[in-house]
Amino acid sequence: MKKFSIFMAMAALLIFSSVSFAKEKLVIKGSTTVLPVAQIVSESFMKDYPGIEITLSGGGSGNGIKAILDGTTDIANASRFIKNKEVKTAACEKGVYPVPFMVALDAIVPVVNPSNPVKDLSLSDLEKIYLGKAKNWKEFGGPDMDIVVISRDSSSGTYEVWSEIVLKKQRVTPRALTVPSNGAIVQSIASTKGAIGYIGLGYLNDDVKLIKVDGVTGSEKTTQTGEYKIARGLYMFTNGWPEGKIGKFINYIMSPKGQELVKKAGSISIY
Amino acid sequence: MTRESKEKKIRVFFLIMGFFCIFIMSMIIVFLFMEGFPLFREVKVSDFLFGKYWYPTYDPADFGILALIAGSLIVTIISGAIAVPLGLMTAIYIAEVANEKVSEIVKPVIELLASIPSVVIGFFGMVVMAPFLQNVFNISSGLNIFNASIMLAFMSVPTICSLSEDAIKAVPSSLKEASLGLGATHFETIIRVIIPSALSGISTSIILGMSRAMGETMVVLMVAGGAAIIPESLFDPARPMPASIAAEMGEAPVGSEHYHALFAIGFVLFLFTLMFNLMAAWISNRFKQRETGF
Repeated sequence: MKKFSIFMAMAALLIFSSVSFAKEKLVIKGSTTVLPVAQIVSESFMKDYPGIEITLSGGGSGNGIKAILDGTTDIANASRFIKNKEVKTAACEKGVYPVPFMVALDAIVPVVNPSNPVKDLSLSDLEKIYLGKAKNWKEFGGPDMDIVVISRDSSSGTYEVWSEIVLKKQRVTPRALTVPSNGAIVQSIASTKGAIGYIGLGYLNDDVKLIKVDGVTGSEKTTQTGEYKIARGLYMFTNGWPEGKIGKFINYIMSPKGQELVKKAGSISIY
Repeated sequence: MTRESKEKKIRVFFLIMGFFCIFIMSMIIVFLFMEGFPLFREVKVSDFLFGKYWYPTYDPADFGILALIAGSLIVTIISGAIAVPLGLMTAIYIAEVANEKVSEIVKPVIELLASIPSVVIGFFGMVVMAPFLQNVFNISSGLNIFNASIMLAFMSVPTICSLSEDAIKAVPSSLKEASLGLGATHFETIIRVIIPSALSGISTSIILGMSRAMGETMVVLMVAGGAAIIPESLFDPARPMPASIAAEMGEAPVGSEHYHALFAIGFVLFLFTLMFNLMAAWISNRFKQRETGF
């Protein structure tokens, strides 16, 4: 009996101490495009605030926003703005008040094979190419060569932006080759003379040639000033104005230090 | 413990193991069906199976998988056309023509081909084969049906070769000796006697090899080009069913129409491979019965 009571006391002590030392938990969920940014910022944040533990996962923008509406996450990452339908669910059914923070920028640039002499295309040229209406590089001052249209899978975030800004939500030609990643686009363009594709600015290298859009070269600077058109904001949504641990995190990512980390993750800082 | 009760316990143990496998298998089928079925509340079955356009993320969306089915079938058939003669002739060579030393080396090497990870074969197709095809045939892109078929043939040759070789080896030597004794040449014996009597095993090997090509995911994802069109030429790109599922599942919101559509594709794919396997079972059964008539 005595042994038992000692055991109980120790167990109680253990439970009590573990409660008092428990870390605060912060859950972040959503877009895979925002994931690298969130990851690098989270790592540094946990070093600076050892009392807070971050659980980070992907799943896509739609799933992230769904999670904030259901209350299963503290912060939802999204590579797009919240949809009207989602706002309606939030306000009318769940009583949630989502607040957006633009934490980074992302530019998507058209690229071709380095041997292609074409340097500049307009948005409407790109639209024609991706709708399958323009089929030969001749039409844009290039050599007599078939255009090989390379696109991303329709579920990718990069594709979503491209389809919204360049295609204005029209359907990409079914003849477009689809590849699963930015890296695969670079790889296939480097080996295909007549190919055109689009990639996140961070993936640009010497194997492919950047194409200007309406005379503007896609870069960090032109994206920040808004001159470059094929760009988007990357968002974090909170439920109501962020306070406590959530507020600390949002402040952290918006601070100059946080924005340095955003650059390190390959995205464009907002200032 | 008496001998009988021990026997009984062992029997029960193996029975449970066997049923456990069947149970898991049937749960997978039920799961596939349950996750795929809700799609048909929104989309007609005929629109799903025979629709030409696959635009699952647009508004309004199109969930037609005819182009995906066509892609899967054509890639499988062409890879079969390459792999069957190759695998079969290699099997005949190893079993009948080559001397012991050569076949001891060749057989393990071909079986080793089966152990190359599919992602490596896909990478080879993308980096080596695609530029090569572009230059040789002067086509605009090397990521097409032809390339994918060659890569898939690589993967089904070991299955076809190894199973066919076993079937040929299993032909009773008395048949072969009788044929030779009647004055037939070695070649005539192979064509007229050995292959016909090993036909059930050979057919099974071909069907299993092709069913492997049909279900293969990584290679077609990397090499087939991924355009959801009904192909008109050997050098058109295609988007076989497994590639679609693999490429899109990661980002399809759980419970959405797109999500259910991908499971429905999985179910269709399952029916196709099931058909292949049933065919294999049927052929090996039927021909076996005939053989006993000798």
